[in-house]
Amino acid sequence: MRDPVKSNLTIRVCMGTGGIAAGGVEVMAVFADRLAGRGIRADIRKHCSIHKVGCRGLCAKDVLVDVILNGDKTTYQFIKPDMVERIIEEHVVGGNPVLEWAVGEDYHQFHDKQVKVVLSDCGNINPEEIDSYISVGGYNALERVIKKMTPAETIALIKKSGLRGRGGAGFPTGVKWEICRSVEASRKYIICNADEGDPGAFMDRSVIEGNPHAVIEGMTVGASAIGADKGYVYIRAEYPLAVERLKNALKQARERSFLGKNILGSGFSFDIRIKLGAGAFVCGEETALIASIEGLRGMPRAKPPFPVHKGLWGQPTVINNVETLANIPYIIRNGAEWYASYGTEKSKGTKVFALTGKIRNSGLIEVPMGIPLREIIYDIGGGIENNRKIKAVQTGGPSGGCIPAELLDITVDFESLARVGSIVGSGGMVVLDETDCMVNIAKFFLQFTQSESCGKCVPCRIGTKRLLEILERVTEGKGRLGDIELLESLANDIKATSLCGLGQTAPNPVLSTIKYFRDEFEAHITKKKCPAGVCRDLLSFVVLKDFCKGCGACKRVCPAGAVTGERKQVHVIDPEVCVKCGACYDACKFKAIGKG
Amino acid sequence: MEKILEKIYQAFIDNEGNIISLLQDIQDEFGYIPEPSVYWFSKRLDVPASRFFGITTFYAQFHLAPRGKNIITTCCGTACHVKGSERLITGLARELDLAEGEHTTDDREFTIEKVNCVGACSIAPVVIINNKIFGKMSSDSLTKEVKNLREGPREK
Amino acid sequence: MIHLTINGLPVSVPEGTTILDAARSADIPIPTLCHHPKLTPYGGCRLCIVEVKGINRPVTSCTTPVAADMEVATTTPAIEGMRKTILELILSDHPNDCMVCEKAGDCALQELAYFYGVRENRFDGERRCYAGKDRNPFIDRDMEKCILCGKCVRVCEEVQGVGAIDIAYRGFNAKICPPFEKDLSCEFCGQCVSVCPTGALTGKAWTQRGRQKDIKEVDTICPYCGCGCGITLHVRRNEIVRVSSREETINEGWLCPKGRFGYTFVNSPERLHVPLIKEKGVFREAGWDEAMSLIVSKLGKIKKKYGPDAIGGLASARCTNEENYLFQKFMRAVIGTNNIDHCARL
Repeated sequence: MRDPVKSNLTIRVCMGTGGIAAGGVEVMAVFADRLAGRGIRADIRKHCSIHKVGCRGLCAKDVLVDVILNGDKTTYQFIKPDMVERIIEEHVVGGNPVLEWAVGEDYHQFHDKQVKVVLSDCGNINPEEIDSYISVGGYNALERVIKKMTPAETIALIKKSGLRGRGGAGFPTGVKWEICRSVEASRKYIICNADEGDPGAFMDRSVIEGNPHAVIEGMTVGASAIGADKGYVYIRAEYPLAVERLKNALKQARERSFLGKNILGSGFSFDIRIKLGAGAFVCGEETALIASIEGLRGMPRAKPPFPVHKGLWGQPTVINNVETLANIPYIIRNGAEWYASYGTEKSKGTKVFALTGKIRNSGLIEVPMGIPLREIIYDIGGGIENNRKIKAVQTGGPSGGCIPAELLDITVDFESLARVGSIVGSGGMVVLDETDCMVNIAKFFLQFTQSESCGKCVPCRIGTKRLLEILERVTEGKGRLGDIELLESLANDIKATSLCGLGQTAPNPVLSTIKYFRDEFEAHITKKKCPAGVCRDLLSFVVLKDFCKGCGACKRVCPAGAVTGERKQVHVIDPEVCVKCGACYDACKFKAIGKG
Repeated sequence: MEKILEKIYQAFIDNEGNIISLLQDIQDEFGYIPEPSVYWFSKRLDVPASRFFGITTFYAQFHLAPRGKNIITTCCGTACHVKGSERLITGLARELDLAEGEHTTDDREFTIEKVNCVGACSIAPVVIINNKIFGKMSSDSLTKEVKNLREGPREK
Repeated sequence: MIHLTINGLPVSVPEGTTILDAARSADIPIPTLCHHPKLTPYGGCRLCIVEVKGINRPVTSCTTPVAADMEVATTTPAIEGMRKTILELILSDHPNDCMVCEKAGDCALQELAYFYGVRENRFDGERRCYAGKDRNPFIDRDMEKCILCGKCVRVCEEVQGVGAIDIAYRGFNAKICPPFEKDLSCEFCGQCVSVCPTGALTGKAWTQRGRQKDIKEVDTICPYCGCGCGITLHVRRNEIVRVSSREETINEGWLCPKGRFGYTFVNSPERLHVPLIKEKGVFREAGWDEAMSLIVSKLGKIKKKYGPDAIGGLASARCTNEENYLFQKFMRAVIGTNNIDHCARL
């Protein structure tokens, strides 16, 4: 065929977990099928390619498809298989992009304010092809490090860049490597912590899905710096796609001599194994993670000794988080000064956040440290869903805290978040609006940490249980006077006396919500009201006469038989019988059930 | 069973596995951790059965009883929580006639589970039905999916 | 030697010593429920927390090694307050039935609750309840009283090398149990009973046999075998109601099932008090002199008629080394035979 289109056509389909859930596989298959059907097949391999790409962040708009025609890129959003035909017809063949399906202003705004280091190649390269990574400079850093730099020089460079651990604690990565290097031992290990267990966080998953080779390269650089010959990636079994891509990437890296014996002929040998987690949040804690890799119950042990001195199988071990390691190749390629030029004095570089909750553009973002929170919410996130009022931003997951709307002008970095009682943590950022109850949010996180407590130490095992029970009675309208003070006192004791990071940070969501939203706690306890209308036991459900059509849907679903009414007549809920399950509220198609 | 366990044992030796990976292999094979398999490996590896039991019950992934034919997992991450995953779960339990604390239907057709976070928060609330991820789930569409599984997919 | 101060008092201990051991060497008490000097440090109960100058959170003294010029404080108001909270938490998930508990008066938890004056408890809520009893013959396992200190698990693994029990489940549901929560089936050495700080593990044999205050302790040597383990008999009204062993004994306080649980024969009504002589197939009671004379005359007759090698001696493991020595000497020198053997040589 004579179409000029095929001379330079690339179609990229977002195939992260979000993209696949939205039907990415089907969309890609239809593209391949239809293009072939139009006889462009002969040229597909040469000139026109359909790429799988990793997550590009804005999963809420999946499936996202790039059509790059002669260098001009058009990005489409919410693409479904049945839309492919028109795109091929009008855009690929006709040369006119289907503008009504193209992404709008907010897509560009979402990307414009971001600074991408770790994510710079995610969404552009094919995570399943090592050549795709190499073509953007991949594995250059490793080659330089093992052929031209001494371990001391590598460590000095990382130290100078100011990179701090992205897993939560923010310990300087270069310093950690330096300590481990200085310990005499017959064997050392490097572990990549991909046990991303925080609810509301998916940075590590996306990085591995989108650019697994960067993690492998970073790890191998780290191994050469500390003198390790064996590495482990400890990854959640709940991330099947990431595991698959990582396995594939490891195989390819071995084939190209970026891993294995005598890497690139340098004499340095190093290999990586994958260990699948088995579903325990506490295994994100270093010593528990080590126990788990050793095949034991993931129970933390007291530090010291720290893993850099005595870690896996008693040998010195460095544990770095996925994002930390994925930064390494870029820092080495572009220099410490370049990396340190982003961020604040004490928090250098960029940080990936998983921006979710009641936000318009939810997805994965990477921003320079020190960016005002307001810019993240309004410029990148596009503001609050349904034009509601923002109430708070929860950062750091179950170890973090809630930042109230009044403090939106703070900057996002290790120090300033710590000052307001939250943490950067691993990077979960959940936006809460006026319909969210803060007591309920605190309860939610406590439910999580309490059920994930390993049970080894008393304050965490019993203390978080008691915290949760108090929160439960508050949300059930059984709160007692003095409960707020009791929560604070117990929370502080748990923080101070727990064995590991899980218990030491578990009370943070409680303390920070009490700090900024004490009035909501008081309303629950003294007035027995949930101001946000969330806590079921404090609600009452009524039929709104003006909206009820008498369809009977509520009556049918009510498990308690609390709804009565004749067909086509206004129904009534008997508050004495109502068990407040909310089934009627969900079932009503006319919004005729009011709660309050 | 003996033969399968022997095969798992070989893989365990070849891959320098540990007890967790061993249990993962057992579960892959049987769908849960059968009691006799634990005693078999305890003897074979000279590792106390109590340790196997301790590990099996520590990690959420392992199951000691057979599960239903269809596994419906609701994500209970923060984003899913604020977008109503709890209501999805109560609705689902009602639909499947499961009492509180029950996870598998009497006919062993369905097992409902919770997972902490599958990291697909942007499409919350997320439900995973037999390993397929469904985003932006509603009670209605969940009911529909359950119906499909019960009666087979409707002809298009 | 490392020099540090504990509560302002200078202390010198070898490098690698924990703060807890350093304090104990200086006779400064620090409370703990999960520590045992013979077992791997655990750091689970958190009661042994202390303040160390320069560290912004309390550290557990049982796991933290001393460092030069460390300044340790063991009883600041903040530390004592946290300890009290921890005790309240433990007791909020405990039956608190000291009135009928076998361990009362000898219970480490009760003792601490007493010293910290935990009368009111700010915390109420769910308590672990377990139905069903472990039907093993020796050890009463009341897991509702278990505080998850893990000493039993460690002693079973580290000292006895058995691993009959482990911690199962996690968090608030954590529970120490045999595999699949079956009845305990092990060697029944009872080491776990000896280290349990509460009434969770007790001997079935000594249930309701007497309170600690009514008991006279008598140190002696176990008669069962030549090991000669030091044991302590718990005697009430001239009856042995329990056997234990002290840490400072040659056996470091550890015993075997016979030594720990096999004492009931002492007061058994079936036990022989006088020698019996069998005549025409029937035993009759006799005096010691009569019995001895009979043995002497019979042995003499056999030796005379059939020679010394017609006689053999079988010694008992329950005799001491000295007794066994004497017996073989008697067989060789007096009877004149080498036919001497021992029941332990199997």
